[in-house]
Amino acid sequence: MAARSTFHAGLALDAHKQQACGTPIVELPPPTQVVLALDQGTGYSAEPVVTVGEAVAVGTLVARTDHPSASAVHAPLAGIVVAIETREAAVQGGRSVCIVIDGDGSDRIDDSVRPVADPAALSPEELVQRLRDAGIAGLGGAGFPTATKLASARNLGAHTLVLNGAECEPWICCDDALMRSAADDIVLGALILRRAAGTVRCVIAIEDDKPAAIAAVTRAIERLRDDALTLAVVPAVYPQGAERQLITAVAGVEVPSGGLPADAGVVCQNVATAAAVARWATRGEPMLSRLVTVTGSGVAHPCNVRAPIGTPLAALIAASGGYRGKPLRLIAGGSMTGRALPSDEVGLTKAMNCVLVATRDDIGSRLGAVELPCIRCGDCADACPVGLLPQQLLRAALADAHDTLRQLGVRDCIDCGLCDYVCPSQIPLAHRFRDARRRLHEAEAMARKAADARERHDLRKRRLQAAATAEQQTFESVRDRARRPGDDSTGDTN
Amino acid sequence: MTELLLLALGASLVNNFVLSNFLGLCPFIGVSRRFEAAAGMALATLFVLTIASGLSFALWQWVLVPLGLEYLRTLVFILLIAGVVQFAEIMVRATSPLLHQLLGIFLPLITTNCAVLGVALLNVDRQHGLLESLVFGASAGAGFGLALLLFTTLRERLDTADVPQAFRGAPVALVTAGLMALAFMGFTGLGAR
Amino acid sequence: MNPGAIVVAVLVAAALAVTLGVALGWAAAHIEPDADSLVERIDALLPQTQCGQCRYPGCRPYAAAIANGAAEIDRCPPGGEVTVRALAALLDRAPRPLDPEFGAPAPAQVAWIDEAKCIGCARCLPACPVDAIVGASRQIHTVITLQCTGCELCLPPCPVDCIELRPAPAVSQRYSQPRAA
Repeated sequence: MAARSTFHAGLALDAHKQQACGTPIVELPPPTQVVLALDQGTGYSAEPVVTVGEAVAVGTLVARTDHPSASAVHAPLAGIVVAIETREAAVQGGRSVCIVIDGDGSDRIDDSVRPVADPAALSPEELVQRLRDAGIAGLGGAGFPTATKLASARNLGAHTLVLNGAECEPWICCDDALMRSAADDIVLGALILRRAAGTVRCVIAIEDDKPAAIAAVTRAIERLRDDALTLAVVPAVYPQGAERQLITAVAGVEVPSGGLPADAGVVCQNVATAAAVARWATRGEPMLSRLVTVTGSGVAHPCNVRAPIGTPLAALIAASGGYRGKPLRLIAGGSMTGRALPSDEVGLTKAMNCVLVATRDDIGSRLGAVELPCIRCGDCADACPVGLLPQQLLRAALADAHDTLRQLGVRDCIDCGLCDYVCPSQIPLAHRFRDARRRLHEAEAMARKAADARERHDLRKRRLQAAATAEQQTFESVRDRARRPGDDSTGDTN
Repeated sequence: MTELLLLALGASLVNNFVLSNFLGLCPFIGVSRRFEAAAGMALATLFVLTIASGLSFALWQWVLVPLGLEYLRTLVFILLIAGVVQFAEIMVRATSPLLHQLLGIFLPLITTNCAVLGVALLNVDRQHGLLESLVFGASAGAGFGLALLLFTTLRERLDTADVPQAFRGAPVALVTAGLMALAFMGFTGLGAR
Repeated sequence: MNPGAIVVAVLVAAALAVTLGVALGWAAAHIEPDADSLVERIDALLPQTQCGQCRYPGCRPYAAAIANGAAEIDRCPPGGEVTVRALAALLDRAPRPLDPEFGAPAPAQVAWIDEAKCIGCARCLPACPVDAIVGASRQIHTVITLQCTGCELCLPPCPVDCIELRPAPAVSQRYSQPRAA
């Protein structure tokens, strides 16, 4: 076990995990309909390759992409495509184009789904490409395509693969359940990912409040006897599971501002992603399902559910015993960084690790709270795991002072929400910073566009000038030639 | 050497022209809204003060005193300062037209900056030599620049602060200037034995 | 005081004035004012639509006019309030509302050619200040959306009115819409 080290600040929060963690994993039967968002949570969409009315089988590719931040989408059940349209979805902005598939009850499997004979025989480049084709995306909450991360880790020469089993956010426990039940899958996936990323070492990091998971993973590692695969137990402090904070805790290095983890020689993947890679290797299955925590005081029996991607959330909640009491809000993710969902008809995405059916008891203390003036207590700066100065950032954000925001490092904010949490004046700091980042981003995009337009305008002016000069020269030379014989003839007549 | 150092310390901090002697207040309030402009003003004033104290010493020592024209000094110094300021203006326009726009009327108004004339007259009254005059002028300019830049950064921060309506703008600036003057009084004990 | 002293005093003052005058005259004649750097800083804040709504033939000429005081900073509707505020901050002037004489600010837009109606006359090509229209004579034209500034200069030359302006796509897909509350 590695030494216990950690990052600056952070906070131990009420975990709220026992509700869902105590019960066994529920395997959800194939639902009658799935709603597959083409944006699987990263903000970038794949393009549909099926048409309405087309029959699909389990594992049929329905949307492909070349974008590094989007992932391919496969049909998780056999049936007919009944609609391709913009719908409410669990993504930024609340809407995405979705492919809706009605199941036909059969379990026809697509021909492309074949176990990988020997993953060790594939070259790392092939591995990365195959993972991209299989639509493997980070299951930790961001949904970022695994292949893209692996490729950049290879290019930048990363030496350590960190498997993130920290799962620090309150309410969420699907990774914990997975580590307890499928530690062997995770270890197998870790070996494949290590090979694909070209790293020497692999460290599986788990928070110290999950003793059962630690024991299961330890046993799986011991069975394997691989010196370059180790376990690191990290303190249970929020946000231990945030990529950069975990890397600091495990590898003792800080990822540079504006850089990638690979710049510090580390690449980070979620443990659930590793398990999905193992499923792909052993069964040939692209990313069709995920484990998701359905919890909160608003469901009857909180539990972890393995469900096909695209399963309407209503079906997930039904599998957990249905609604109880008066649910106030449906949240994708935990209580700190989660995002409110428009309705329970949206489909499960690869990025959704938790469905929190919150009642007033769960989140009520912050709802309807009146925002008071900042009293400069500095608690936010003490809590910030990135070491930013939220108080100063807030002033700059309110004044829309873009230079100051940049200098203060608003882009390094990881949106963990701790500053909100500790603020005695109930100022929605993280929300303000998110807004400020968006405005900064827009202003910079406009500036880039203006610079591009100026350059094109200048080039055009120069081209027109050159053309005019050339025309003038042609005119003069033609005139000179026309005049010369004329001069001669007048000379002759004289 | 120690003498010169004490002279410089005195002119720039202890007897800061703006915050202790309250000279040169109009650019101090007028050009302190933006750091870029204030930095330009500080440099221009430093330039004018140094050159003007050197030249005024030369005029005093080698023209006015030999010819017995000491009574002409105010007139002659003003003329000299006006010339140096005009030269500074030409330089500013050549190097940074933006600064020229930002400083606007305050650039030619350095002529009537009482700190400049004050330094020239004090040099004469205290019978400073050439080197002393130059050091005194430059440190007075540096002190003016220091006060101006500090004040400007404070005002830039005040721009984003939640100031009560009645205090917005000039009132809170004047209050700030007063507090700064109080703070600079702390330098009074500097160098005292 | 004897009359000689007055003469000396006048001579000294006059000599000083003449010396200074000559020196300054020489300096003014030999030190070139640098006008370009200010024009460039102003130009950098303009939206570069090159639309001519300010009645100058492009953004840089307008910047030059602001720099030498010929035009006010309120003539740029595509830039809107944001640009006026940025210019006011740069030049340390009081921000003022846009002059409605030069048009009203509108959301960003881009030109779009209805290819069913386009007859391939190529008349819109030279009108585009940023070369954002692709096409050739008797070929259907199209607009490069990413590079179109929405200046509307291609509308008047089109003989069949097949160009229309549509809302510009969001600057970035990632932040395209506000997050659900």
